Amino acid sequence: MASKVVYSHRDPMLKKRDDFEDMLEERRTGSDLRYALRCYTPALYKGLTPCKASELKNMVLQSDQLHYVINQVSKETGTPTDEIQAEAAAILEEMAHRLQLSTIRFFAFTLSKIFKTLFRSICVNEEGIQRLQQAIQEHPVVLLPSHRSYMDFLLMSYILYTYDLALPVIAAGMDFMGMKIVGEMLRMSGAFFIRRSFGGDKLYWAVFSEYVKIMLKNGFAPVEFFLEGTRSRTAKSLTPKLGLLNIVMDPFLKGEVFDVSLVPVSISYERTLEEALYARELLGVPKPKESTSGLFKARKILSEDYGSIHVYFGQPVSARSLAEGKVKRSQFNLIPRHIPRKPTEEIQDFVNDSAYRLVRAQEESMVLKPWVLLASLLLQNQAAGSKQGMSLRELTEQAVWVRDLSRQFGAFLHWPDHIPPSKVVSSSLSLHQGLVRISEGRVQLALDQAGGRVEPGLPQPAITPEDALLSQAVVILSCASYRNQALHVFIRPALLASAIHSASVNEKQEIFNTFSFLRNVFSDEFILCPGAEVQDFEEACYLLVKCGALQIHQQTILVTDRGQRTLAFLTSILDPFVQGYQMVCRFLCEATEGLTDKLFIPAARKFIIKHLLTGRLKYAEVLSSDLQKNALAALLRLGAVQKLRGRGGPAALKVNKVMVNSLEDTLGGKLPTQKPLVARL
Amino acid sequence: MASNSSSSRHQTARHRLSIIAGHLQRPADSDAALLAVDCKAQANKPNVSAGDRSEGRTVPRKRQEIMKWNGWGYSDSRFLFNKKGQAEFTGKRYRLSGMIIPGLKDWMESTFGANLQHKTQATPALNSSAVQPPTLNEVFVEELKSTGIPFSHEAEDRVFRGHGHCLHEIFALREGKIGRVPDMVVWPSCHNDVVKIVELACKHNVCLIPYGGGTSVSSALECPPEETRSIVSLDTSQMNRILWIDEKNLTAHVESGIVGQDLERLLNESGYCTGHEPDSMEFSSLGGWVATRASGMKKNIYGNIEDLVVHIKMVTPRGVIEKSCQGPRMSTGPDIHHFILGSEGTLGVVTEVTIKIRPIPEYQKYGSVVFPSFEQGVACLREVARQRCAPASIRLMDNEQFKFGHALKPQVSSIFTSFLDGLKKFYITKFKGFDPNRLCVATLLFEGDREKVLQHEKQVYDIAAKFGGLAAGEDNGQRGYMLTFVIAYLRDLGMDYYVIGESFETSVPWDRVLDICRNVKARIVQECKDKGVQFPPLSTCRVTQTYDAGACVYFYFAFNYRGLSDPVHVYEQVEHAAREEILANGGSLSHHHGVGKLRKEWMRETVSSVGMGMLKSVKDYVDPNNIFGNRNLL
Ligand SMILES: Cc1cc2nc3c(=O)[nH]c(=O)nc-3n(C[C@H](O)[C@H](O)[C@H](O)COP(=O)(O)OP(=O)(O)OC[C@H]3O[C@@H](n4cnc5c(N)ncnc54)[C@H](O)[C@@H]3O)c2cc1C
Repeated sequence: MASKVVYSHRDPMLKKRDDFEDMLEERRTGSDLRYALRCYTPALYKGLTPCKASELKNMVLQSDQLHYVINQVSKETGTPTDEIQAEAAAILEEMAHRLQLSTIRFFAFTLSKIFKTLFRSICVNEEGIQRLQQAIQEHPVVLLPSHRSYMDFLLMSYILYTYDLALPVIAAGMDFMGMKIVGEMLRMSGAFFIRRSFGGDKLYWAVFSEYVKIMLKNGFAPVEFFLEGTRSRTAKSLTPKLGLLNIVMDPFLKGEVFDVSLVPVSISYERTLEEALYARELLGVPKPKESTSGLFKARKILSEDYGSIHVYFGQPVSARSLAEGKVKRSQFNLIPRHIPRKPTEEIQDFVNDSAYRLVRAQEESMVLKPWVLLASLLLQNQAAGSKQGMSLRELTEQAVWVRDLSRQFGAFLHWPDHIPPSKVVSSSLSLHQGLVRISEGRVQLALDQAGGRVEPGLPQPAITPEDALLSQAVVILSCASYRNQALHVFIRPALLASAIHSASVNEKQEIFNTFSFLRNVFSDEFILCPGAEVQDFEEACYLLVKCGALQIHQQTILVTDRGQRTLAFLTSILDPFVQGYQMVCRFLCEATEGLTDKLFIPAARKFIIKHLLTGRLKYAEVLSSDLQKNALAALLRLGAVQKLRGRGGPAALKVNKVMVNSLEDTLGGKLPTQKPLVARL
Repeated sequence: MASNSSSSRHQTARHRLSIIAGHLQRPADSDAALLAVDCKAQANKPNVSAGDRSEGRTVPRKRQEIMKWNGWGYSDSRFLFNKKGQAEFTGKRYRLSGMIIPGLKDWMESTFGANLQHKTQATPALNSSAVQPPTLNEVFVEELKSTGIPFSHEAEDRVFRGHGHCLHEIFALREGKIGRVPDMVVWPSCHNDVVKIVELACKHNVCLIPYGGGTSVSSALECPPEETRSIVSLDTSQMNRILWIDEKNLTAHVESGIVGQDLERLLNESGYCTGHEPDSMEFSSLGGWVATRASGMKKNIYGNIEDLVVHIKMVTPRGVIEKSCQGPRMSTGPDIHHFILGSEGTLGVVTEVTIKIRPIPEYQKYGSVVFPSFEQGVACLREVARQRCAPASIRLMDNEQFKFGHALKPQVSSIFTSFLDGLKKFYITKFKGFDPNRLCVATLLFEGDREKVLQHEKQVYDIAAKFGGLAAGEDNGQRGYMLTFVIAYLRDLGMDYYVIGESFETSVPWDRVLDICRNVKARIVQECKDKGVQFPPLSTCRVTQTYDAGACVYFYFAFNYRGLSDPVHVYEQVEHAAREEILANGGSLSHHHGVGKLRKEWMRETVSSVGMGMLKSVKDYVDPNNIFGNRNLL
């Protein structure tokens, strides 16, 4: 451990955050029509070369980059270049947006109506808007919202329209295209569509990356995409995808623009529209195809109260300052810049690093509602085997305690301090009636009524224990998705708490080893910047010392008396994941030969259900396919499992049982951490 | 030589002089110093008596007699604000001399936030006691005396040779701060003198630093502070003869200390020119050009210095290096001239050079083109380069420099009246549709037969028209070139009012030109802001040379330093950042200013470790005891 590394701890409580304004307030008084038709004159990029959306296509098709690739593909395949050129034009046709102000105006009108019925408020930090307005004029801007709902990008455009900011063009997944009219509407509101996978298709990549770069470089519009690649079903931030970030960094790295401003945007929903949908999906109820009718079936949604939305426009991050000292831009000096090249390792690391920093910036500005803390406590209580739940008083007392703890850790918690805590708790609970039940002053998760919540119209199946379990799991996973919103606040201290717990000695070095081990194992599960174990460790130590839970000496780490409660809380935050990963390890050790990656999820699910039913496992949330996938990814990364690419068919999983076994034991605190680490490193 | 041809030659010479005067000096007939003088040294007469040498030469041994010790150029020529608060250029030497420049004050105030009330006075005279007493190597001095070669260890002479014209050098002098300077100055008057001096230096382990015109802008002339030996500045200025002219082969054999203006004037008298015209040509020397790989504004016709030299003689600690013949091209292994070109005084002293000469062109014409935007201007230059039809000079100034040029318009005088009227008309009729905050101007200089020049001119204007360029008159062009000769004087004026600045350059492939211009300018602005500069800086550029595969870009950068405690340090940090930006954008470390000590930290990444090793091994062989110890380059 390089304890010499100086890590400047900024007290997270001192983090300055802007205030919010409710943008719906004005909508509730003013005319929506007038609003939709109002004069819209956004400030534009100072280096803008004005052009129409249709001209963009020509610029792409005539670019050196594309010509180069077309010639290359032509040489490789023997197809004449004009055919490939036509193919490129077709790709572009399928991809390109047709941003039109009239469509935006249409959405401005309809969304106003919808938002007003669904939400109590849509709160936006106006200082962030001002910063964005500045940034848009200075440099090309990339908007990076978090992604928790289908609504995210319409909401973004809606906000930008409202504040008279340049409307973005948005990278959207092709699955929207299934919805004919909606797809076209989205296209006209600035969405452009990318196929989900285009593997080695050079031509596709060239068209796509050139299209994005040209829009960015010319300052046509802010480019918006989701770093996480897809909606997070768990409300935890997803490991960032690097493709688009690579593309938007490229013009800066190659000197084609002076800088690019990357603006993280945190969108937090007090209640997610897709709450139960996600839980089902994670449990293996197949995802409904995103069809127009499907979206509108959600009409019953319109009758419910979804609380408020908070949208926080973060500090613009300069690509230039991110790259400072990390990338030698002169590496592009010796080959014409239009010839595509695989990014060097240096650049890959840089982009990866930047992506994590940006996702962390998103996380840090996510607004947490009191319910998030309540969900954590209720889940812990449920897992502890309590059958009657908690008394309201008990819950309130604990919630206040966690509130204070999370604030010490720098959480962006919106807890109304002028209202008595018990009121805060009960009003939070009432918004989430579907998930909790209050009877005789006691609160617990609404597990029993869960079985009854079957879609009308479906044949009522006989309730097997398995079905009962699954429907309880829906509630638990829904709840977990709220708790997960706060995980980024607790994760580092929780890893440390668990390390202290399982290291069972108080030697600092030993604890650090265990910490690094856990961190390494869980780095697909949580946002933990690669290579930052020392910083993370020091940050965790700092926070736990600050809240009085630990005393740290030269060689040792001691838990104080009042620290016991904190550590217990933190350990149980991580516990479902620890046990979940152990369970996946167990499953793999016991799995029969011939396990493939396709079979992995269903087989693991079966195995886990068995253990849940026998009571050997208490966390139903382990049923989440997300957790299972992450665990497998970790094992693959650690080399404990190997994927053998089969010809055509699914890839076989080759399990190194000794290693998986020892990982399981180490997670359970049965083995000192050195061993598996050494085995790997 | 027939006498009638010689008199017609004199006529051409006179004509030619008035042409140079066009962008440099006052009309020849008003200044006796510019009259064509017979050079007795010219026709194949290698042995010239000592009496001839100073005739018509610009640079005396005591430079301080005619030049500023702490600023640029002639003592009698400077910008100042007169009692009425108008800018004025003093003296009689230049076209601008004695003229009022009404727009300069406003421009300085609005561009820099400078204020005539806030003035900083430079130390008026050199205080000899601020100069460290010389470290003399007694035996060396004794033996040197016996050779009869003149030398001096007076403070003024030493200080004059301890610097070039980097901002920090001049700024320190103005403040009266003198660092390590040479311990003595010697003035050899011919190759053999140099041989003797180098021998003595080797014998007594004395450090030698060649000094040509002192116009270096790379800290090349700065004495390494860590040098403990006696440092002797070898001033070549008195080796200034044209030893012979060979009209059959169109070459001239010239001593290395001759300065550009003298070389051109003397050749002109015989009807010839070299065509090598760096902006510093009034003061920089032939040897200096060779030692720094200099580039002249008319390189499109005449070539850069490496294209112009046919033969070089250099005295090194190992002996004299030269080729055995004057063949125009050889395949004899790596060209040894290329060890000498750009050696920046680290290997020896260039003493004599055979240089190509050309008959004076019959006709010369300036021109200018206005483009709606810099992007279009660059596209035009690129096309001109593609068609290989660049005029003698073509330069594209950005919008800021265009405005700067306008601020330097002298008050209406007979010479400029027509031009101003023309410009007004031009503004009204043609500028419509041009955004005055975006447009930029290219200045042109054509040379050759009248016929061909006019043809050439048309070709270039036709290309320009394709890129939205409008011809904007001869005077506009001429003024652009004049500007480059007075810009160094302007820096001194700026320094009187808290404005410091400098220029730097690079070369870059065509596809990078726009990017590098934008990014470097933006970087300068950003760095100034980050470093606490209180006023927005001037950050401007021009594309100043074109090549087949790229261009030379020249940046000016200046700012008002009021409120900064260590302005020079801030300046250097910004320049450093700008150079980093250049390198990151595919630009070279230098196109013509050289490396010196200012840029040597980037040499390794520029030429690779192996490249460094090669240069180092040459140095180790040629000068094992580091007699030429100015520590440039490596
Ligand atoms: C206002 C201004 C404009 C300029 N414009 C141009 C331009 O257009 N193009 C251009 O190329 N440069 C330009 N320069 C830079 C400078 O003029 C050149 O580098 C020039 O070649 C230096 O010549 P010098 O005689 O003044 O050499 P110095 O400054 O005296 O010396 C420069 C270096 O060469 C060495 N040296 C000098 N003479 C000899 C010799 N005989 N033998 C061996 N080494 C020697 C010195 O030791 C030193 O290291 C400009 C500078 C200024 C201040």
